[in-house]
Amino acid sequence: MLKSVKTGLGLACVLAVMAGCSSTDSEQSGQEVVSQPDIEAPVDTNVVDDGDAIAPLENVVYFDFDQSLLKPETRELLIRHADRMRTASGSVRLEGHADELGTREYNLALGERRANAVRDFLVLQGVDAATLEVISYGEERPAQMGSNEAARAMNRRVVIN
Amino acid sequence: MIKSLLKTVVIIAIVSVSLGARAQLVVDITSGIDDPTPIAISPFSWSGSGVLKEDVSGIISADLRRSGLFSPVPKEDMLSFPKTPEDVVFRDWRILGTEYIVTGRIEPQASGYLLTFDLVNIFGQHKMFTKQVRGGQTQLRDIAHRAADEIFEAVTGIRGAFSTEMVYVQEETRGGKPSYLLMRSDIDGARAKQVRRFSAPVMSPMWSPNGQELAYVSFETGRPAIFRENLRTGARKQLTNFKGINSSPTWSPDGTKLAMVLSKDGNPEIYVLDLVSGKFTRMTRHFSIDTEPNWMPDGKSLVFTSDRGGKPQIYQLTLATGQVDRLTFDGDYNARPRVSPDGKTLVMVHRNRGTFTIATMDINSGRMRVLTETTLDESPSIAPNGAMLMYATKRGDKGILAAVSLDAGVKYNLPSQRGDVREPAWSPYFD
Repeated sequence: MLKSVKTGLGLACVLAVMAGCSSTDSEQSGQEVVSQPDIEAPVDTNVVDDGDAIAPLENVVYFDFDQSLLKPETRELLIRHADRMRTASGSVRLEGHADELGTREYNLALGERRANAVRDFLVLQGVDAATLEVISYGEERPAQMGSNEAARAMNRRVVIN
Repeated sequence: MIKSLLKTVVIIAIVSVSLGARAQLVVDITSGIDDPTPIAISPFSWSGSGVLKEDVSGIISADLRRSGLFSPVPKEDMLSFPKTPEDVVFRDWRILGTEYIVTGRIEPQASGYLLTFDLVNIFGQHKMFTKQVRGGQTQLRDIAHRAADEIFEAVTGIRGAFSTEMVYVQEETRGGKPSYLLMRSDIDGARAKQVRRFSAPVMSPMWSPNGQELAYVSFETGRPAIFRENLRTGARKQLTNFKGINSSPTWSPDGTKLAMVLSKDGNPEIYVLDLVSGKFTRMTRHFSIDTEPNWMPDGKSLVFTSDRGGKPQIYQLTLATGQVDRLTFDGDYNARPRVSPDGKTLVMVHRNRGTFTIATMDINSGRMRVLTETTLDESPSIAPNGAMLMYATKRGDKGILAAVSLDAGVKYNLPSQRGDVREPAWSPYFD
């Protein structure tokens, strides 16, 4: 368990370096970062990617229980997403999710509220609202199985697709 | 005496061997009331050829035991197996403390079976009734459940609900891909069959009041949409396709309307769809989450969950006036209300010291009572006789179904099934 958290932290640093940013580390960053299967761990972690236009941005943001408030580190990440979205074409799907605690229908509403919070923030950053589609899955599509807080923290999320 | 005891032991051995060959669903009763009525279901005679596919008297016994109001005498404790009221030796049953005995005879029919059964009061030494239930080749379990309904009502005065069914959602993973199954089974979990299989989540199944249709939410179109499906014909219709949430469908008591949740206006609001005219009427106007509507039995108001006060609580909406009144004040998370058939009791998901449990509230007094002791309990659904409710909980990481009586006296878990099961919906009576 501890080991996997450590691995997660290691990957967090790697991702932060790849994205050309060093400020995403927070006290809770062990839960803030999801490993993306399409990113291969670089052999040499000292290599800093200079063009952040091609480096993938972390596309999952996390929330506290029964909350849809954006955390400070989420805002920073969303600002970088907004920078790209303003110049990119095509639409983006914001998928809201909840953890297993609480009722399913209420969680469907909570997932939507989280995705709306992300949408509203992106729109404030100048992203065209017409390019953003919100969909909530509530607790029906957990990222991680298991009735424990580590899994729940990974499931209270919005995925930017 | 000793000699007859020895004889009994021999009978036990034979009986238990034959029982093993026809293993029944084992319902794990976690607690029962202090003083259930002792009743004996004497094994029924069968005048046809071969061996019956189901142990009819055993199913009746299991039904009555599951209600918590009866303690059926185990077969191995019976000194004799009377087949008619005339065969009953009252003294033997009084010694066992048995208050009632059921005797019965199953006969073959042109295409099925006929059960004739008698309910006998041991202490009064009189026959209370003789009744008959008929059924087709595949209906032995139906015959048993119907007989259990009659016995239950004659002794308790409460209509039996053993002949009812439930639907629920089952999730299975095959080759790394999840499937979501809408399942239907007898209320004891037996005879489970698939209504429909989905590759995207399905949720919130609800029965129509006549028991012929379901409404549910499916994500098959890429976003949540409400469908209605006829269980007999399999005909199905998509009712909503709005932007945002389309969820929580619930039939009005007269079956002509469907209350639901739509967030097309920006946030989740309660709507009522007139199933005849197809017209949607918005019922709530609030920036908070309004969801999980359920009808009061008179059809004049809805109860629903809202976090308009900061935390999820249960409110009542009077349809004629639009007036909204808060019903729950105990605790900081009360959600997904269901109303008992007499309209007097709410059941809900209630957070109690950090755990999610099922609670009831007397609507008049506001008095709340926690019924369950597990930690992730959800989706309570009340039996049509108002005596029990079915809910979903977790055993380890696996979703299971469980039941509890509304007075908390009886609890049992349904047999564990393949995959993860959740969201049970107890059917209405079918007649």
